[in-house]
Amino acid sequence: MSDLSNSPPAKSDKAAAARRQFFADAGRMACGVGLLGLGLGFHAKQARALPPAALRPPGAGAEEDFLGACIRCGLCVRDCPYGTLSLARPEQPVSTGTPYFVARQVPCEMCEDIPCVKACPTGALDHGLTDINQARMGLAVLLDQETCLNFLGLRCDVCYRVCPVIDKAITLELRPNTRTGRHSMFIPTVHSEHCTGCGKCERSCVLETAAIKVLPVPLAKGELGQHYRVGWEEEKKAGHSLVDDKGLGDLPDRMPEGARLEGHFDPASQGGPSLAPGKPATPGSGVDSLAPSIPGADAHGPGVPAIPQNIPGGGLPNRLSDEAAR
Amino acid sequence: MSFLSPRFPAALAAKGRLGANRWLLLRRLSQFGILGLFLLGPLAGLWLVKGNLSYSLTLDTLPLADPLLVLQVLFSGHRPEGMALLGAAIVLAFYLLVGGRVYCSWVCPMNLVTDLAGWLRERLGLKGSAHISRRSRYWILGLTLLLPLAGAGLAWELINPVSMLHRGLIFGLGAAWTVVLAIFLLDLLIMSRGWCGHLCPVGAFYGLLGRTSLLRVSARRRQECDDCMDCFAACPEPQVIRPALKGEANGTGPVILASACTNCGRCIDVCAKGVFVFGSRFNQHTQRCAPAGEAEGQTDHRKTIH
Repeated sequence: MSDLSNSPPAKSDKAAAARRQFFADAGRMACGVGLLGLGLGFHAKQARALPPAALRPPGAGAEEDFLGACIRCGLCVRDCPYGTLSLARPEQPVSTGTPYFVARQVPCEMCEDIPCVKACPTGALDHGLTDINQARMGLAVLLDQETCLNFLGLRCDVCYRVCPVIDKAITLELRPNTRTGRHSMFIPTVHSEHCTGCGKCERSCVLETAAIKVLPVPLAKGELGQHYRVGWEEEKKAGHSLVDDKGLGDLPDRMPEGARLEGHFDPASQGGPSLAPGKPATPGSGVDSLAPSIPGADAHGPGVPAIPQNIPGGGLPNRLSDEAAR
Repeated sequence: MSFLSPRFPAALAAKGRLGANRWLLLRRLSQFGILGLFLLGPLAGLWLVKGNLSYSLTLDTLPLADPLLVLQVLFSGHRPEGMALLGAAIVLAFYLLVGGRVYCSWVCPMNLVTDLAGWLRERLGLKGSAHISRRSRYWILGLTLLLPLAGAGLAWELINPVSMLHRGLIFGLGAAWTVVLAIFLLDLLIMSRGWCGHLCPVGAFYGLLGRTSLLRVSARRRQECDDCMDCFAACPEPQVIRPALKGEANGTGPVILASACTNCGRCIDVCAKGVFVFGSRFNQHTQRCAPAGEAEGQTDHRKTIH
């Protein structure tokens, strides 16, 4: 204002009016474009939610990063020899112009040279991916155990047979068929360590609607708590068990009353039918023998295992001996 | 004016049908030619050019990338591979030389739609137009670059009608036709030259890019101007003409330097007096002579008469 004080009042008024106009115009523009931006921003946020059936080509990272890196040129679509990929149209629930495929329609054939990744000019499909077996487009999950033919006890096995990483990504795990009581079920089992999410299993599932489906990895995969350790793996790593078996208390096995199993080894149930041979069970002996065998005490030798005290109801040996006393 | 009567009778009389539409025809040839090259692959299996205007690979060697898109990729925090950067650099260099908005008038498929709307608007005598500043596009351009910075990815590409149309023509249009129709109706019924002249951030970007371009239209023979206003009627960005055409009094040169000029050459076509020519931005001299549209022989003939 002070620099204008010397100029004639008319000019100052004019400048002030122009300045007002400028700020008014800029404000109006900022608001208008801001509204557009707000709408577009929310739209973009929603557009990030890729429907589970839509899979990205190999090498695409997290959806958020992919949408910032993909230039929507369609060269991956062009260089895919199997016509697997297509660019999303505006009416489709995938971010407009980005490449995707639906496994049930055309799965990825897992070309060894990965031409789609090579064609990507921006690296939205990571050029560091040179081994297609390392691709993680999704993760196959046998979702419906009620309709899967193998779960019904048949030998369909088609998903297993067509898997390009057969016997690693999908294995057939044997389980007793409890319905018939005399057969095995061959359960197709996916191993996330090897599954690339190509979708050939989903494509070839013989059902009207596939029982096995490829899902986005974050949707399909669980995660153990950080503090969890799987004993048998730790044992492998360390070369021995991390837990000292001797320090563990052994609880008596609970049985239906009066049941007897020939040869059942259950050292904790003293006085039960499963005592080691040579030590006949006598009524009351179970109770008597409890006193010296306190867990951790030196008293229990090789044949006399520790029994935790204070088992409600006296534990199985007591009840067995009570019954015997009656 | 009947529906199909000539729009610019003076130029038609002076230069003939071909002369009065020379640049327009060349421009359509360029627009359809480029589109045709892209379509040769999917339609005829002849893959001279792969991709679309966002990024294309010609003869499996020449990469061309939309620099605005590559900029958005950079702003979203992703470092693109070399091919995209090289392609963007080539396109940048080209438009720095020939004028950024050459993209708009010679390449962009949306221009065919908006030109049609503009033509129809005039033919139907539709008056009245919503008023929005022509500077809006620069604000929208700012928005397209702000969104990736804010972590929304290439959000503008979700609704960008330009890339939607071109990609759609090559990869399948789908519902993108509704967006194209919306732009057509916007230009026809709501706002004259609404999309290309006011809103499109792609054009705004290329406009800024071509601020210092070498190739420009010059009103070299502005003294010949008879104020028929045909150039203003034909020009999609008429505000760019006045400073150059009428700038003699206040010492402004004849070259149209405004970055909004698309170098479409329509003013050259429709001027019966041959005022406008394509030239270098540094060629600021003016001249007074016969209309350029007339044959060289005729010009010589006049000289002998004088």
